[in-house]
Formats: sequence, structure tokens, C-alpha cells
Amino acid sequence: MYFLRLLLLFAFLIPSLTQALDVRGYIGVSALHFINDPLFDKQHQHNQQWSLLSEVEFYQAWNNDQDSVLFTPYARIDQYDNERSHFDIRELSWLHVEDNWEVRSGISKVFWGVNEFNHLVDIINQDDFADDINGEEKLGQPMINLTLLKDWGTLDLFVLPGFRERTFPGENGRLRFPISVDTDHARYESSAKDKHVDFSVRWNHTFDDYDIAIYYFKGTNRDPYFIPDKDSNGELKLIPYYNQIDQVGMDFQATLEEWLWKLEVIQRNDEFDNYAALSGGFEYTFYTLFDSSVDLGLITEYSWDERNDTTLSQFQNDIMFGARFAFNDVQSSEILTGWIQDLDYTHLHSFKIEASRRLGDSWKISLDLWLFSNQKYNPLSKDDHINLTLKKYF
Amino acid sequence: MRFIILSVTLFLSSISILMAASMEDKGMEIAKQRKLHNQGWSDSQAEMLMTLRNKSGHESIRNIRTKTLEIDDDGDKTLTIFDRPSDVKGTVFLSFSHPLGNDDQWLYLPALKRVKRISSRNKSGPFMGSEFAFEDLSSFEIQKYSYKYLGDDSCGSLSCFKVENIPLYKHSGYSKIIVWVDNEHYRIYKADYYDRKKSLLKTLTFSDYKQYNNKYWRADKFMMINHQTGKSTQLDWKNIRLSTGLSSKDFNKNAMKRIR
Repeated sequence: MYFLRLLLLFAFLIPSLTQALDVRGYIGVSALHFINDPLFDKQHQHNQQWSLLSEVEFYQAWNNDQDSVLFTPYARIDQYDNERSHFDIRELSWLHVEDNWEVRSGISKVFWGVNEFNHLVDIINQDDFADDINGEEKLGQPMINLTLLKDWGTLDLFVLPGFRERTFPGENGRLRFPISVDTDHARYESSAKDKHVDFSVRWNHTFDDYDIAIYYFKGTNRDPYFIPDKDSNGELKLIPYYNQIDQVGMDFQATLEEWLWKLEVIQRNDEFDNYAALSGGFEYTFYTLFDSSVDLGLITEYSWDERNDTTLSQFQNDIMFGARFAFNDVQSSEILTGWIQDLDYTHLHSFKIEASRRLGDSWKISLDLWLFSNQKYNPLSKDDHINLTLKKYF
Repeated sequence: MRFIILSVTLFLSSISILMAASMEDKGMEIAKQRKLHNQGWSDSQAEMLMTLRNKSGHESIRNIRTKTLEIDDDGDKTLTIFDRPSDVKGTVFLSFSHPLGNDDQWLYLPALKRVKRISSRNKSGPFMGSEFAFEDLSSFEIQKYSYKYLGDDSCGSLSCFKVENIPLYKHSGYSKIIVWVDNEHYRIYKADYYDRKKSLLKTLTFSDYKQYNNKYWRADKFMMINHQTGKSTQLDWKNIRLSTGLSSKDFNKNAMKRIR
């Protein structure tokens, strides 16, 4: 009951330190509605799955804002899935800023990349996959990050002590593999296991309409392989196996009037293979559509992985089409729809809608719809769902 | 006889051409004075309360902070920090504006910790669902318009030049903007915006001017009324500070991620 303890902690902290502390965040409720009964016996047999979620940010600066501490706990309590009920420290870091450099030490989050669908180059933080299947929820990563601001660009150096395992839905949860993942017995190539210290260096710069970044990463692969094995009860489980990799990556965006051209590329070397993957495309926006205030963006992205194996990469040869409506209204209404099509296995495709708008001054409602191809080899074929989330911000 | 008519016509038309040219010269001269009277403040910081009102009077509020860096011979650099509504709190918008070309713009999304390069093609689109377009809030640069002096007009207790500004930016949402500029301090008093179909769209009125650093005038209140929809947006500025010592290192992608 981390969550309750946390709420109590906040209740005591807020009135006493409001003057000095900057506190912001949200508390929300989410209702997952599955359209079909589950495919696997051990999944919970309810079509409604509720959860409570909250993220709160505490920020304190001193020394003329040259030093600051940021603490961001996150929690979700799920009605049925014990793996999805979890607490995480998204951020607990100290930032020191000088004229041409800064250092962030502690648990933090870093986003790299330009694409909408496949976040190929984004590697520092692990996916919180139990929380959300979009790949946009991330676990806090311990790091020391030195940033150098130079005329020739920004150079980021990372030392990453410690590794976070990917989260997965539990055995009774929906949106999972046919065999559930045993997150308690992960295996590693490195004898240091999850204490392995990873390194990365990244340069990024802007040349007029072009933004470019190149990086090198050496350490524990964030994407696990899976080994089927029996657990202590003799049940078959998927054991995540995290090996060591060397990876170079590049992301690029050209911003040319209505056009955004995007490309992400990686080359990864591990004990089994040395392979490349890429993902890129464009977004073209029709501004003030039919003289209204609505903008419509059309997105096309293609993803390819040299291993050409859907069990290793979901995006081995896939095309994604999307349409983004920004209504530019008082409620900031937005709709993003997407169609993901596998070009090797044409029966594999999925469709999603993400819609959101503000209610009043501090509430936000969002609706996510996912439809998966109804095909017997697709483990998600019965997991079509609507997720309605209401958040109160403060 | 025909010769005389021709001569008179030629004479009259050349006078009108000369007069038109002088009206344009005078319009340009006023624009230059306007820029000259508001140059050298180096940087500014301010807080803004934005009140959006619809036809039936329903209000919604935005709180925004801005930091601006004056750039010689180019558009300003601006950081916009959103504090309210609370779901966008922590969102930061960075813009390097250019008088005629596209601006360089980035948006920081705090939930994803993602800095996104965005297209600035949308200068005519609404800012935060308000009656202000992005182009209405960007810095005044001489190269942005062609000018025509339309005459003198009274504006409140002052006397104003009335000048027609025709946007040269091809994606501007306006066919023309008529501005009233006072003839003493070259402060803008009022602006009428005409849409691409040449009908009157909006009127912006500036009031409560205060002087800073013994030189620069800033209005505390901007009122934009949309005549076609009946909606309005009011900006109330607070805590305006000029020459605070900001520099270009405060205006980059990295600074967006840590600014509060």
C-alpha cells in the first residue's frame, strides 16, 4: 500500500512546505473495457478493469535556481492485475546548472527520437509495459548525466548504474503473451546482472530546419529475449533474458513548412547477431482546414528490422498510417488515429484512436481505443478495448 | 483638344502616383520610428493572465510566463511557459522568429520529457484556443509588412497616425491590418485585422501603458475582440521587467527541459 502511505505523506507535506515547494501532478481513474472474453484461461474473466493512478511532482530549487531537486512518484492500483498495480519513482534527481554545462544525478527520464509510432532509438529508460502498451510510459532510470553546451552542439554523457527490468501484465492480466512472463527470475548475460553499469554518449544539434542526433550506447539491452521454462510450481513461463549490447543510433528531422520528414536508425551488436533497424516517414499538416481552426496532420511511417522476425521485433516490416486532428479550441481537443499493418504477415494489423479534451479548468478526459486483428495466432486477438481515463490536475 | 485631355489625365495620374508614393514613404517612416522607439531593451520577462470569453460570456483562464531576447536585425527569441490550465502546466514553447522566413519552433511536453520540433507554418492559427493568432503575438519587425499612411486620427486623448500594414508573409491570415500609432511615443493604440476575404475580423486595443527604464512603453492590457464570432480574449500583463540579463544560453532546447 505504497500508494496510501504516499497520499498520507503528501497530505502532511503540502501545507507545511507550500511556500518553498512547487507541487503539481494529477490523480486519475481509468476504466478498461474489453469487448471480448479473454483468450487464455488464467486471465481474469471480467470485461471491465478499473484502476486508480497518480503522479505528483515535487520541485525545490535553491542557489538562484542553479541547483534543484525533482521528486516524482507514480502509482497505479489495478482492480485485478497485481503486476499492473505498482509504484515507481519516475524521478528523484538533483540538477546542477552552470553556464555551459549541467549535471543531473539520480533517477530520471530521458526521451530520444522523432517518430510517432515506433520509438526505435529511445533507449535510456525501460518501458513500463504493464502500465501502458503504447511504449510511452517509462520507468525511472538511475543516472549521472553530464550535458555540455557547445557551439557545435549539445553533448550528453551518461553513466547508468543499475538496470530496470521491463514490466509485463500478470498471469491474470489482459494484453499479454500466451505464456505469461516471469518477471521475478530474469536472467542476464552479465554476471553483474541488474547492477551492470551502462554508458552512453549522444550529440545533438540544429542546423536551420534540420535537427540531428547521433549516439553510442554500451550496456544492458532494454529489449529482453524470452526463454520458456518451468517455474517452481512446474508451470511454463517466459523468462526474460537481458544480454549486453553495443548500439549506435541516429535520429533526424527536417521541418519544412507543412512537411516533417523523420528518420531513426540503429545498429545493434549482441552475442547472437549484429543487425540494423530503421523507422521513418513523414507528417504533412493541412493547417486551418477549410478555413476553420482545425489542423489535420497525415502521418506515414515505415519500420524495418534486419532480423526479419516478428517474434523478435513487432516492427520488422510494417507500415503505419495516422491522422492527427488538433481542434485548437478552448478545451484543446485532439484526436490521433493510427493503422499499423505488417507487410510480411498481412493478417497482422491493428488500429488505434487516442482522443482527449479538457473539461473545465483542471480535468482532462481521454479515450483510447485499440482493435487488433482477429486471427488465431495473434495473442491480442481478443483484447480489443476502450480505455477511458479521467484525470484531475493540480 | 485630345492632346489637352491626355496631358491633363497624365498630369493628374502622375500626381496621384506621387502622392501614393509619398503615402507609402510616410507609412514606412512611421514604422521605422515605431521600431526605433522600441529598440535596445535587450531582454524582458513578464507574466500574463489570459481571459478567453465566448459569446455568452463564459470565461476560461490561462496563466503564462514569457521570456524574450531582443535580436538585432532578426526576430526575437521567445520562451513561453504555461502554468494554467493545470493539465498543460510545465509545457514550454520556444520560438526563434524571423521576419519573413519560417520561425524555428520547439515544444517541450513534460509528461513524455520530449522536446518536439514543430512547424511554424501555422502562424495564422489560434494561440491556446484564444482569439490571438501566433502572428499577433510575435515581435514587430519592419520587413514584415508594406506600409501606407492613411491620415491622422484622434485616439483617446492623443493624436495618432493611421497606417495600413499589408503582411508580406505568404501564409499570414490577414489581407491587411490598420494600426493607430500615437505621434508622440509611437506606441500602438489599436489595430483592425482584416481576414483573407478582406472583411473586418478582429480589433485589438492596447491600454494602461507604463514606461520602463525611462524609455520603453509597455501596455498592461491587450483586448482582442472577434467581430465575426463575438468571442474575445483579454491579456493582463504583470511584473514586466526589461534588461534582466538573459542571454542566448537561456533560449535553447536544453533550457526548455529544466525551466520552471
